[in-house]
Amino acid sequence: MQALGAPLAFIVKRAGQAILVMLAIAVIAFAVKGALGDPLREIMGETVPEAERAELRHQLGLDAPWPVQLARYLGHAAQGDLGQSYIYKRPTLEVVLAKFPASFELVLAASLIVLLISLPAGIYCAVKPRSLDARLILGLSVLGISVPVFLTGIILISIFSVWLGLLPAFGRGETVRIGFWETGLLTLDGLKHLLLPAITLSSIMLPLFIRLVRGAMLDQLGTDYVRTARSKGASRLRVWLHHALRNALIPLVALGGLQIGNMLAFTLLTETVFQWPGMGFLFLEAVTRADVPLITTYLVAVGFLFVVTNTLADVVSLWLDPRISLEGRR
Amino acid sequence: MTGESSRTALASVRAFALDQPGSVVAACLLGAIALAALAAPLIAPQNPFDLASFDVLDADLPPIWLRGSDLRFLLGTDSQGRDLLSTILYGTRISLTVGVFAVAIQAAIGIPLGLIAGFIGGRVDGLIARVADVQLSLSTLILAIIALALVRAGLGGETLGRIAVPLLVLVIGLAEWPYFARTARAATLVESAKDHVRAARALGASDGTILRRHILPNILSPLIVVATTQVAGAVMAEAALSFLGLGLPVTQPSLGTLIRSGYDLIFAGIWWVTVFPGLTLVSILVAVNVLGDTLRDALDPRLTPR
Repeated sequence: MQALGAPLAFIVKRAGQAILVMLAIAVIAFAVKGALGDPLREIMGETVPEAERAELRHQLGLDAPWPVQLARYLGHAAQGDLGQSYIYKRPTLEVVLAKFPASFELVLAASLIVLLISLPAGIYCAVKPRSLDARLILGLSVLGISVPVFLTGIILISIFSVWLGLLPAFGRGETVRIGFWETGLLTLDGLKHLLLPAITLSSIMLPLFIRLVRGAMLDQLGTDYVRTARSKGASRLRVWLHHALRNALIPLVALGGLQIGNMLAFTLLTETVFQWPGMGFLFLEAVTRADVPLITTYLVAVGFLFVVTNTLADVVSLWLDPRISLEGRR
Repeated sequence: MTGESSRTALASVRAFALDQPGSVVAACLLGAIALAALAAPLIAPQNPFDLASFDVLDADLPPIWLRGSDLRFLLGTDSQGRDLLSTILYGTRISLTVGVFAVAIQAAIGIPLGLIAGFIGGRVDGLIARVADVQLSLSTLILAIIALALVRAGLGGETLGRIAVPLLVLVIGLAEWPYFARTARAATLVESAKDHVRAARALGASDGTILRRHILPNILSPLIVVATTQVAGAVMAEAALSFLGLGLPVTQPSLGTLIRSGYDLIFAGIWWVTVFPGLTLVSILVAVNVLGDTLRDALDPRLTPR
């Protein structure tokens, strides 16, 4: 009972924290909205007489004291109503959610590339630190970490789109709609459009993850139980993968979780270069055209994604290493 | 006695540099770029911030080894007719300025906090570690993008352009102090347990004196490693923000702004406006990262040959 209760308590506690953080983000979004936007100017323009303005202000409840307005905003937000977009004349949440599949598929494709390359490469660099190959991989990773993601995108576009004319330079191409989800993964054209952005996005995360895998493996390889496993006659490969890698995964998940914010930023940059119609691209459009409700909705949506993925990373860490829940109770 | 550990660290760095000649090349390259950027007003053929010094008629000229070029413009011109070489020199100056000042702010916040956390320990340490964790998980780049986007949406693009340099320094500087704090804390913990610190305390030195004269000088080498990689990060963050149109304006371009303005031209075959600033940016970042890596590996006990 005790063994089952501790992880459950941990998850409940983390979920509670997540809700608190979301509440804080919503309050910030409300403050931003108040500081940036005058909805009246957007609705009526500048030339309408003051009496009419006051009338509308009263109708919209904008003359209420701010705690009342905040409560109203949070109430609406809880029901999924975050306001109307000035540009699109539609509910902002609808607009942002419609762009989510594009961003998600880009991040998914990039993460797959990162995972498939960084694990073998990182392990290799840790077990053979002085070999020529390891030095080459690390040298290339310094180069990879030093080329900003937007520049990688521009270089790839120059080579594969402008020069060779092989791959498309922008947009998502042909998409298929399944329910509310618009996917580009099921058409050849969609996959072709995905290739360059996915490589671009993975190029900036890859060197970092190779280093993280290498560092975590190096830490594990120095431990007593790895040496014991070797001395009792376990094969090299078994020791690397079964003993060292399994335990190296624990700090990796935690450190990987720290990269979620960076991933959001890099996705936004990649989307800008390739004019990929995702959430980041939408956000920059909203900023240039001062669509305040859309800006605040993006903040809430990104905050939500951030909180959910972080909580998931914590739960996965717990699943990998049950000791964490005990530390959490101290 | 106090200089002992830093002297051995220096010796191991020197041995490592001889072992890895790449880091020496990187140091020379970085020095040359920094010097050229510093001397930009003296050596640049043109002042790119002075509207009277260039002419739209000279726009989009290629570098001098290509057909249709003009001997006055070594690397060609951009779409406003500015000499690209001069613009790059001035742009590098801005990029490096933002990077160095941002890291100075990070160090000014992070090092004292780390010293205090490591020296006092207990509840203060726990609190600082907690705040640092939260700050780190938020990602500088996304915070900076959001902060500058809000300034832009609120005050307009023109006002943002005018206050861009101090704003970028502040935003990038405030967000990344935990790296300094963590390193300073870990090193302080090791150092405070050493005999010379205990001896100083036994002789009646105050906490402030111990921190300043006996601990800080001995933990400088790991902090220098952090500072190196942080400068690379700050320069890259500035470039990314300017590329998004949230940093320096076209009238006062940094390397990121130049790459942004060149991006629209690559489809017309005008590649040089992107490529030369891009190469400069990558050279700076590669050089700084190679240096940082060499220093870090030299000080990493896990990698010393056993």
